[in-house]
Amino acid sequence: MEYVIEMLNITKEFPGIIANDDITLQVRKGEIHALLGENGAGKSTLMSVLFGLYKAEKGTIKVNGQVAKIHNPNDAKKYGIGMVHQHFKLVHNFTVLENVVLGVETVENGFLKLKDAREKVEKISKQYNLFIDPDALISDISVGMEQRVEILKMLYRENEILIFDEPTAVLTPQEIDELMKIMKNLASEGKSIIFITHKLNEIKQVADRVTVLRKGKYIATVDVATTSKEEMSEMMVGRKVLFEVEKGEQKPGEVILEVKNLVVKSKHSHKNAVNNVSFKVRRGEILCIAGIEGNGQTDLVYALTGLTPIESGSLLFKGSDITHSTIRQRSVSGISHIPEDRHKHGLVLDYNLAENLVLQSYFQKDYQNNGFLKFEAIYKHATDLIQQFDIRSGEGANSKTRSMSGGNQQKAIVAREIDKNPDLLIAVQPTRGLDVGAIEYIHKKLVEQRDAGKAVLLVSLEMIEVMNVSDRILVMYEGELVGQADPRVVSQQELGLYMSGSKREVIE
Amino acid sequence: MNKLLKSKGFQNASASILSIIFGFVFGFIVLLISNPANAVGGFLTILSGGFTGGMKGLGQTLYLATPIIMTGLSVGFAFKTGLFNIGASGQFIIGAFTAVFIAVKATFIPTEILWLVALTGAFVAGGLWALVPGFLKAYRNVNEVIASIMMNYIGMYLVNFMVVKTVFDAARNQSMTPTRAIIPKVGLDTLFNGSNVNLGIIIAILVAIIAYIVLEKTTFGYELKACGYNRSASQYAGMNSKRNILLSMVIAGAFAGLGGGLLYLAGSGKHIQVVDILAAEGFNGIPVALLGLSNPIGIIFAAIFVAYINVGGFYMQLYKFVPEVISIMVAAIIYLSAFSLFFREQISAFFKKRTEGK
Repeated sequence: MEYVIEMLNITKEFPGIIANDDITLQVRKGEIHALLGENGAGKSTLMSVLFGLYKAEKGTIKVNGQVAKIHNPNDAKKYGIGMVHQHFKLVHNFTVLENVVLGVETVENGFLKLKDAREKVEKISKQYNLFIDPDALISDISVGMEQRVEILKMLYRENEILIFDEPTAVLTPQEIDELMKIMKNLASEGKSIIFITHKLNEIKQVADRVTVLRKGKYIATVDVATTSKEEMSEMMVGRKVLFEVEKGEQKPGEVILEVKNLVVKSKHSHKNAVNNVSFKVRRGEILCIAGIEGNGQTDLVYALTGLTPIESGSLLFKGSDITHSTIRQRSVSGISHIPEDRHKHGLVLDYNLAENLVLQSYFQKDYQNNGFLKFEAIYKHATDLIQQFDIRSGEGANSKTRSMSGGNQQKAIVAREIDKNPDLLIAVQPTRGLDVGAIEYIHKKLVEQRDAGKAVLLVSLEMIEVMNVSDRILVMYEGELVGQADPRVVSQQELGLYMSGSKREVIE
Repeated sequence: MNKLLKSKGFQNASASILSIIFGFVFGFIVLLISNPANAVGGFLTILSGGFTGGMKGLGQTLYLATPIIMTGLSVGFAFKTGLFNIGASGQFIIGAFTAVFIAVKATFIPTEILWLVALTGAFVAGGLWALVPGFLKAYRNVNEVIASIMMNYIGMYLVNFMVVKTVFDAARNQSMTPTRAIIPKVGLDTLFNGSNVNLGIIIAILVAIIAYIVLEKTTFGYELKACGYNRSASQYAGMNSKRNILLSMVIAGAFAGLGGGLLYLAGSGKHIQVVDILAAEGFNGIPVALLGLSNPIGIIFAAIFVAYINVGGFYMQLYKFVPEVISIMVAAIIYLSAFSLFFREQISAFFKKRTEGK
């Protein structure tokens, strides 16, 4: 069998960590080859080596059977390797066409010649059913469309080997289906695709073969058709993974948080971001706020935690009014918050792990004495949490959090927030961008908190998470609560109707 | 030994030293171009810098280092907390004026403590001057660079105006001599005979040490730095980020203001000139902070180094170098020295390669 790309025995080290340890990846012509692994398994590093962003210490790369020297992305392009990055690299105030030709423009007497380019773009768009309008501004098109522009860029440059780096992370379910079709189409036209992901469903759907990495090591390459999802996840994580969240009966207790007629002004428009929302969260239950992104969930959480002022309405926490309390007062009185954006709010990336683990408690008696930090206690605390929550990093408590993998950054935040022993745990998108193992872990922790008699408020966009973890579901649409459901009886379709605003009911 | 070589402190220090060497090489080229015959002699003079005049030269080095330790701290402290205080010049001269004003006018205060009161005044005035850009930054998100540059000019003209109105020595077009409030010499003048060094250098070093302790060891410093690194996260953690930004700026300003007081109460015959020139000590704080990598302890050494070069430059006049060439030479050395950040990256890359090679 002819291989179009062969990466043989690749080893790449970083200080304190071997990112790729003797990894081999062989991709056949015209196949969709999935690269599966947890966060920090070495997928991105391996692709960066292929793309010339990193230089491997050991190993060889062959393209079409010939040894290839790839020192920078330009070399990679010469070999026809193109990559769709997780974060798109497009100029927003340029049109699609201008973005596609950027860097390979045809110029005549100092003037841009776009006519030929336009024809080529239209031809490719038709050939692969991309439905792209070459004159649309990037700032006007959807995220899914932006991704297609990136794909078109690769095709325009006549790349034969296409790398997709977690392409579905930013897409809606419909857009994901479309992308899957496009990928199959590309493969049937003879392009070879490397598909980086940690979502098993997607691999099952499109990939021909899958190479699994775990903690920087090569595990296996298998045929997708003959391998079950359970087997794949076991290879990836190294143990059996539970897809169903294990949890016992809920025993809801007293009301911990009561939200009454909450209104939050929108920063961007005249409409209210949160409009007249009322609900209660009890001890021993996981209440989930479901909804499509941008329907006021973020503002609701900001209002609950004090990051945003409240326009009207009131908040009762453990019976006392916290409507006008400061962030610190709320935090100290027993509200923990796993924020949506871990880089913006959750961590000070230039502080080390130990310093980040006391971000919410550095002012407590345990960690300071007359304003002087007790470093011994702070580092002891960090070592304890690192062990208890299995936070992995290059240099332990001294690691800069910037250098840690996303999953471990999230674990650090979860550790810090749970360690505060709160009465109410607000978790916003706590598993965003994490792999199955980490997701399982975080879900387990949320259920543990519930079983320990805490109230958990989960805000999630992931349908599976909503269905599996929560005890009660409220759906938010355009700043209002439009439905409530019991996850044991409601169907995903019905929830979808609430989430898209097609169905609504009056709550309580 | 290997552990020492790879330690961060060592890499930082060696980066600073390496950049200083580059500065010297460049400076030597400047000398060769301007006056080849005397280049070697002149260069040796600047190399031996503060040692040229014996103990006097050393004393002068410490004397000149005093104000730029303070302005270096001012810039460095703000840096550490995510702010760029380019207004040290204005805060410096406001502090200087306040000190001189108190020293001349506050005749009711006993001579023994007058200098201390005047210095305190300088400290407070510098802080107040930085309150304006600090307030604008914290509560209105106005860029502190722009705001503090403006405050430099306002400060300079205000001081010129106030000197003429209050403590003017018309004959010399400068401020009066604050004879009753000279900072004590505490025996340093006999140790470094003939120089202007005084208690000020010890005060400056103490302030630097306090700044270091505040930044690295206290909850207050933890908050200030958290705000500087990530304002959103510090808000999330319940810190009052607005107050912290304001305080960072005020503390930075107070350091610069104290620097002004320390220089003009040194009893060295230095007076506030009524001219339209921004105080250079304020801007010299920037390379000092860069060279010291914003670490208060590093800033002490960086300031002493810059002063050392300046003293060397002074003695270069013996070799018939015109002051302008000396200024270029000194500036080139300081300028290149501030590249230490760049060299630090190179050094850590070098050590990484070496360990990987093994």
